[in-house]
Amino acid sequence: MIARLRMIGRSGLNVLQILGRSGVFVAMSLFGVPNLRRALPLFIKQLYAVGVLSLPIIVVSGLFIGMVLSLQGYTILVDYGSEQAVGQMLALSLVRELGPVVTALLFAGRAGSSLTAEIGLMKATEQITSLEMLGIDPLRYVIAPRLLAGFIAMPLLVMIFNVVGVWGGYLVAVDWLGVYDGSFWSNMQNSTDFYSDVMNGVIKSIVFAFAVSWIAVFQGYDSVPTSEGIGRATTKTVVYSSLAVLGLDFILTAVMFGDF
Amino acid sequence: MSDMAKQNDNIVEVRGLCFARGDRVIFDNASFDFPRGKITAIMGPSGTGKTTLLRLISGQIKPDAGRILVNGQNVPELTRNELYEMRRTMGMLFQSGALFTDRSVYENVAFPLREHTNLPESMIRDIVLMKLQAVGLRGARNMMPSELSGGMTRRAALARTIALDPDMIMYDEPFAGQDPIAMGVLMQLIKLLNQALSLTSLVVSHDIHETASIADKLYIISEGDVIGEGTPKDLMKSESPLVRQFMQGLPDGPVPFHYPAQDYEDDMLGGES
Repeated sequence: MIARLRMIGRSGLNVLQILGRSGVFVAMSLFGVPNLRRALPLFIKQLYAVGVLSLPIIVVSGLFIGMVLSLQGYTILVDYGSEQAVGQMLALSLVRELGPVVTALLFAGRAGSSLTAEIGLMKATEQITSLEMLGIDPLRYVIAPRLLAGFIAMPLLVMIFNVVGVWGGYLVAVDWLGVYDGSFWSNMQNSTDFYSDVMNGVIKSIVFAFAVSWIAVFQGYDSVPTSEGIGRATTKTVVYSSLAVLGLDFILTAVMFGDF
Repeated sequence: MSDMAKQNDNIVEVRGLCFARGDRVIFDNASFDFPRGKITAIMGPSGTGKTTLLRLISGQIKPDAGRILVNGQNVPELTRNELYEMRRTMGMLFQSGALFTDRSVYENVAFPLREHTNLPESMIRDIVLMKLQAVGLRGARNMMPSELSGGMTRRAALARTIALDPDMIMYDEPFAGQDPIAMGVLMQLIKLLNQALSLTSLVVSHDIHETASIADKLYIISEGDVIGEGTPKDLMKSESPLVRQFMQGLPDGPVPFHYPAQDYEDDMLGGES
C-alpha cells in the first residue's frame, strides 16, 4: 500500500518536474534577447521547413475534408429539402473545429515529429553540446527559431486549410450535386460571423501551434540521445501533441461557444 | 609559492571533486592540476569518468561538491552568461567530431567566427583557410561532413575548435577508432598545435602508448580516485600493481578479468540460471 502510494507520489513529482523543466526551457528560448541580424535567416529557414514543406499535406487534406463534409452534409440535408444550407454547415464546421484541429494533428505528425527527430539527432551526435562548447546557446540558436516558426506557420496553415476546404466543398456541392451557388455562398456569409467564428478559430490555431511546437522541441531536446530514445521521443511528440490538441479543443470550445 | 603564482602555473585546478550518477560514485574527493602550456593526459579504464571530468571542467554538468578553477574562476558558481563567456576561451574536440551536418567544412570552421566576431568576410576567409591549412584540409573545404572519413572529421572539427584561438583544448578520446595513419596525424597535430599556438591540452584517452608519447603529464584514474600521477616515464616504472596493469595492458590483475560471479563449479553443477 505504502509502496504504491510512494510510486504515485514519485510519478506525480516526476511529471511536475518535467513540466517545470519544459516551462523554464521554453521561457529561456523565447526571452533570450536574440540578435535579429543573425536570428532572421535561421528563422526563415525553419519557417520554410515546418511551414512551406507542410503545405502539400495540408492542402490535400483540406480539399478532401471539404469534399467529404459537403457530400455527407448534402445527403442528410437533402432529405429536409435544405441542401442550400450545406455552405453554412461546411464553413462553420471547418472554421470553428476541423480547420484548427485537423491541421494541428497533421502538423504534429508532419512537422512536430521531424522537429523532435532533428533536435534529438543533433543531441545524439553531440552537435548541441558542441554549440555550447563554442559559447553559443543552443536554446537561442536551435530551439528558438524552430519554436517561433511553429507558432507562426501553423495559424497560417489553418487559414489555408480552411480556404481549400471550402473550395473542395463548393466543388462537390455546387459543381457536382447541383446546389445553387448563390444560396451556397449567401447562406455561408449570413451565418458565419467574423469575430465569433473566424477569430475564435484563429485563436484556437494559435493555442494549438504553441502546444504542438512546444511539445515537439522539448521532446527532442529532452530525449535520451540513442536511436531508441529518439524513436520514443518522436512517438511521444505525436501522441502528446494529439492528446493536447484534442483536450485543449474541448476546453477552448467550452469557453468560446458554451453558454453558461 | 604564492597563490597568485600557483594560479598562473595551472590553467585548471580541481579540488575535492565529488560527483555521483545515481548510486554510482564517479569521483570521490579527487584533485587534479593541469599545468599551463603542457599536454596533460587523463587515462583509465572505460567508465571511470574521464569524459565526465571534461564535462565538469567545461561546466556542462555540475559537481556534487568541490571546486573547479579555470583561470581562477570557479566553474560551478558561474552564471549561464559567464559560463558561455568562459567557454570561448576553451575548445573541446568530441569523439564524433560533432560537425554541423548541414554545413560544409568551410562553413563549419567559419561558424564560431561569424557568431562571435564581426569580422569582414575576406578576413573570415583568411582565418578559415589558415586553420584548415594547419590541419591539412584546405583542399577539402567544400566537402560536406558526410563525405569525410573519421580522421578527416576529427581534423575538421579541430580546425573549428581552434578558430577562435582558445587557451585550452580538451580532446575526448581523439584516437578512438582511428587507423594508424590517422592516429599518427592526430598525435602530431595535438603536439604541434600545443606548441605553435601555446595552448594547454587535456587529452582523455586509453591508448596508452600514443598518449604517453605526446603527454607531459599523465593522470591515471580508476574507481573515483587518482591512482597514478606523473610523467609517462615515472608511471611506466611505477610499482603500484594497478598502474602496472593499466600501463602494460595486462588482462588480469587488481582489475579482475572475471566480473564478480559465484563459484564456477557450483554454477555449472547448480543448473539454475
